[in-house]
Amino acid sequence: MPVNPELVGRAFPPTAPYLVGREKVREFARAVFADDPQHLDPNAARALGYADVVAPPTFAMIVQDQTLQQLLAEPDSGIELARVLHAEQRFSYSRPIVAGDELTGVLSVTGIRTIGGNAMVTSEAEIRDAAGAHVVTATSVLLVGEEG
Amino acid sequence: MTAVGDVVAERSIHLSRASLVRYAGASGDFNPIHYSDHVAGAVGLPGVLAHGMLTMGLAVETIVPWLGDAGRILEYGVRFKNPVVVDPESGAELRIVAKVGAIDDRGARVDLTVTHGETTVLVKAHVLVRLA
Repeated sequence: MPVNPELVGRAFPPTAPYLVGREKVREFARAVFADDPQHLDPNAARALGYADVVAPPTFAMIVQDQTLQQLLAEPDSGIELARVLHAEQRFSYSRPIVAGDELTGVLSVTGIRTIGGNAMVTSEAEIRDAAGAHVVTATSVLLVGEEG
Repeated sequence: MTAVGDVVAERSIHLSRASLVRYAGASGDFNPIHYSDHVAGAVGLPGVLAHGMLTMGLAVETIVPWLGDAGRILEYGVRFKNPVVVDPESGAELRIVAKVGAIDDRGARVDLTVTHGETTVLVKAHVLVRLA
């Protein structure tokens, strides 16, 4: 089944709220070799004006991943994880993610381009906090390979 | 003053298999090509690969101490060019260099070069930052 072009513009429900924990931020920071104190020490983060430790910039991928799971779960998507390569990734921030944030992501597929048997699928996750304010938009370009 | 061409930060990071397992747990990305030689080989890969998002994440952190505040990052994007094979014994050594590529009204564009030996791992790795 090729990638379904009708995914573009389809409405998806917001993901379940993701509560950003301080220890999760620290764990993620250690994993990406982020040793700046703002990621680890609440006092260092407060000195910069944040309520708690500041997540590294790519932490948003955790919430975006929930939206990509929604995409893969669409029975008619034609996207099979085993044939997917991550080709490009972008983030556009209104503010950094901070421990204590409750985040939800809304998925939209913004483009599908077919090149031979392959498809380039561009999807966006618009990530907002509990107050509904924009935090970050994460954009992935997935290369979905030809069926083997 | 920040000027175009300035190298604002650089570092080397050694990735081991343990680094990949740590990132898998932290991120929730448990695709076995990032820890299992058996699965990586079965799907035709040259070996166990680092997560692209691990490389992207550690690359941008190179400039956070220079920025002082990660909140100055307005945009960050990369294109994944070549995967990083992480040897079970010797791991992989990544080199990251961050150079100012352009300055305009919105801020500075910092270009990240990420290499593994002679291989370029990421291309178009650009961080748009607000200047203090």
